[in-house]
Amino acid sequence: MSAGAQTPHKKAADLPLSVIIATDCGSTTTKAILIEKQGDTFRQTFRGEAPTTVEAPFEDVTRGVLNAIAEVEELSGRKILDGEKIVTPAGAGGNSKAGVDIYVSTSSAGGGLQMMVAGAVQSMTGESAQRCALGAGAIVMDVLAVNDGRLPHEKIERIRSLRPDMILLSGGTDGGTVTHVVEMAEYISAAKPRPRLGMTYSLPLIYAGNTQARDRVTEILGKKTALVVTDNIRPTLERENLAPARNKIHDLFLEHVMAQAPGYKKLISWAGAPIVPTPAAVGFIMEALAKRDKINLIGVDIGGATTDVFSVYGGVFNRTVSANLGMSYSVSNVLAEAGLANIMRWVPFDLDEQTLRNRIKNKMIRPTTIPQTLDELQIEQAIAREALRLALIHHKSLATGLKGVQQERTISDIFEQKASGGSLIDMLKLDLIVGSGGILSHAPRRIQSMLMMVDAYEPLGFTTLSVDSIFMMPHLGVLSTVNEKAATDVFVHDCLVYLGTCIAPIGQGRDGEKCAEYQIVFGGNREPESGTLTFGELRVMALGDNERAQVTMKPAKQVDLGEGKGVPVTREARGGAVGLMLDGRGRPLQLPADVKTRVAALSRWHQAVGLYPR
Amino acid sequence: MVKQGDRVKADTVIAQTELPGKVHSVNVANLLGIAPDEVRDYLIRKEGEPVQKDAVIAENTPFIKFLKTEVRSPIHGTIDTISTVTGQVLLREPPRRLELLAYIDGAVADMLPQQGVTIETSCSLVQGIFGVGGETWGELQMGVASPEEALTPDKLTSGMKGKIVVGGSFLSSDTLAGAREIGVAALIVGGIHDKDLRALLGYDLGVAITGTEKIGITVILTEGFGSIPMAAKTFALLSKHQGQKASVSGATQIRAGVIRPEIIIPADGTVTQSRAAAERGGIQVGDHVRIIRDPLFGRIGQVSALPPDLRQIETESHVRVLEVGFPDKTRAIIPRANVEILEG
Repeated sequence: MSAGAQTPHKKAADLPLSVIIATDCGSTTTKAILIEKQGDTFRQTFRGEAPTTVEAPFEDVTRGVLNAIAEVEELSGRKILDGEKIVTPAGAGGNSKAGVDIYVSTSSAGGGLQMMVAGAVQSMTGESAQRCALGAGAIVMDVLAVNDGRLPHEKIERIRSLRPDMILLSGGTDGGTVTHVVEMAEYISAAKPRPRLGMTYSLPLIYAGNTQARDRVTEILGKKTALVVTDNIRPTLERENLAPARNKIHDLFLEHVMAQAPGYKKLISWAGAPIVPTPAAVGFIMEALAKRDKINLIGVDIGGATTDVFSVYGGVFNRTVSANLGMSYSVSNVLAEAGLANIMRWVPFDLDEQTLRNRIKNKMIRPTTIPQTLDELQIEQAIAREALRLALIHHKSLATGLKGVQQERTISDIFEQKASGGSLIDMLKLDLIVGSGGILSHAPRRIQSMLMMVDAYEPLGFTTLSVDSIFMMPHLGVLSTVNEKAATDVFVHDCLVYLGTCIAPIGQGRDGEKCAEYQIVFGGNREPESGTLTFGELRVMALGDNERAQVTMKPAKQVDLGEGKGVPVTREARGGAVGLMLDGRGRPLQLPADVKTRVAALSRWHQAVGLYPR
Repeated sequence: MVKQGDRVKADTVIAQTELPGKVHSVNVANLLGIAPDEVRDYLIRKEGEPVQKDAVIAENTPFIKFLKTEVRSPIHGTIDTISTVTGQVLLREPPRRLELLAYIDGAVADMLPQQGVTIETSCSLVQGIFGVGGETWGELQMGVASPEEALTPDKLTSGMKGKIVVGGSFLSSDTLAGAREIGVAALIVGGIHDKDLRALLGYDLGVAITGTEKIGITVILTEGFGSIPMAAKTFALLSKHQGQKASVSGATQIRAGVIRPEIIIPADGTVTQSRAAAERGGIQVGDHVRIIRDPLFGRIGQVSALPPDLRQIETESHVRVLEVGFPDKTRAIIPRANVEILEG
């Protein structure tokens, strides 16, 4: 958990730029985008993509980068490459259609950054270390702690078998426990851990724990690892200080991990800004958006193998990655974790278990196939709802206040005592959801993206929803480290597609009973609309992009819209590709248990909002 | 263990190493009730010294003998480290020997120092789509007469012990259980039901990274999940080599850097010059393809047209498609992402 600690390499002043080429080297595809200044505004103009070439037979990431840029060259008519070099600056040789001012890139190729973290107490320094590594864009392979329930030899076996790219060791507040930190260092030393890539270099290990244990830790691990000592991530129980360790993770990622990956030395030499792990770059842009609009937001990137969730609440940034929740490689794991019944509850027809299980497994073994029939699309979107839901549950469990902090209580707290370390994610205080990833960005109808997120997240009260048009948040995140205006301009104009606002009253009632009365005042000459939203009802009203409406909701006496039961609420709602969604299905959302009734309810809702063609 | 040019059998040891032994910790300071920095004074063994299981490694010397406490080693091994901060002593078990077998019959073509060797063989190779279980080898035996036929329990015989048995379209859980009981080395079939895989593994497989399962049998699917006839070409090739020795591995990894299960049938073990497969461009009219997504999952046909423009399909997505003609003269428009070219 940290505020404003996301852009370690940010330069003091924005670089003067007019043409930018940016790439994201993903595990399967390398995506390039061209950004050009048009008047005062930066716009994304062309894009190209090519298969990533980290693996054999190429084993050189720059091949894929050159191919993706070559596609941009072809489409834009701009000469960007001179053989295997990027032509800089823009306008080189007096040709206005030649060159770019800067090349920037992110990377998650070769499995991204994989880390193991260790702390003294699991729920305290262990969690802080986990948040630190996740915020830096890593996949956390395991969290080890003195009290993690494993016997010493099990911990040592685990450390040895993991082969991470890097280890983050924390533990103890400054002046606190030394013994437990040294104990963890001894286990790491006994395991003789080896890095995942490269046989010849020492495993990078960052020590960010109790300052008084530094000498001992250096004595134990100094010769066995590439040890880097930095500030304690938990100097006191009440304070987390993740930025120094995060910056070190980014530095070591470049110096050690990426330098071992095929072709990256060359790629680093081309780039005008440090290459950052893809999820870290997405974090930069999420944080910048929340800061600019002074809002709380949740961002999600649902990929084939993993689902990343980002949140910014009250300026506090958190990221989690659910490493095995995804729509292709990990699709079967969504079934394993969510259970068949939870997936089936979103499918608007009945299907026998064996057929569904076989279909999901067939998607897992042939992950690049696409749904050809409507039934198949509906099943995939049902699975996506569960992957999104589970990833948010995971995120809520880690995006918490600090645990172990003493709280001052007064007599008034007697009836509402909460333990320290509660989740920061309050759906009622959420302003914006940003969805990204193929299933959300490329859904045939935008309403499908919106309803998938509404069903999975069950937003409360007024919440705006949006999607990333084409996956360019990583590019913009790394660009924001050198020119924030360019990144923001493109993000607002070309990246983010607003879907609209969901208005969801909190409460339960029988179908057809009054949930809330509404009055909607639109801009321009459009007539105001008013009416009653009943329980069990889902409806959508058109409200275009850049349009806003003043919405007054008068909830029934047992229903809450954020100001208390029965208290009317008036707020401005933003439109978008879908418009205003009035969700009277109740919160928490409860679907009928009986198959026939549930299928009927789903079909009714889907028809009401025009979710599918029939 | 071998050198370039050596002929090897599947069970030849080609390399061996010693893996460091397991580490056990004993908190001597706690057990003796002393401060951690006093631990060395009470130890009767030094770092690096060997210890037997139950041998005394530390003890106190009180005035009254009755109060004497001894700390014994929980394992046979060596004293690895002694910590005067935590008061714990780490003991390490003896190293474990790991032997790497050749896995296929052939000859050592190349040595990779500190890593391994390349073994070359002239062979027939069949790639499966998914498998479980590790490397094994044995004689190929056809368990069914046609690719459409399911491998049922009544087709199993005791003579299949240690062999690689080829089924047709489907393998039921009863057949799987029977094959394990007999001691069949591996089964190759078109498809199985997911629920039967779950029963075999004892858990629901979430991510397709396999090959290390300890299930006593290797299972390779050539087509996918469900009851799907094995591709006729695959079945014919395996039939042709009935009675020959084959090496198989169920190891599958479906991530970046894909690994698919394999069936390798060495011809005669002689080393030949490797021949590069003919380079082929993208998909072409006339190519034989298998459809790998519902509603026509598993069907095999021939590409009859490749429209260049994007087409809207039933889901309303705009995608690149192709037209496939089937042996029964029917045709269908299929997204290009939903077919795979049948090689060979």
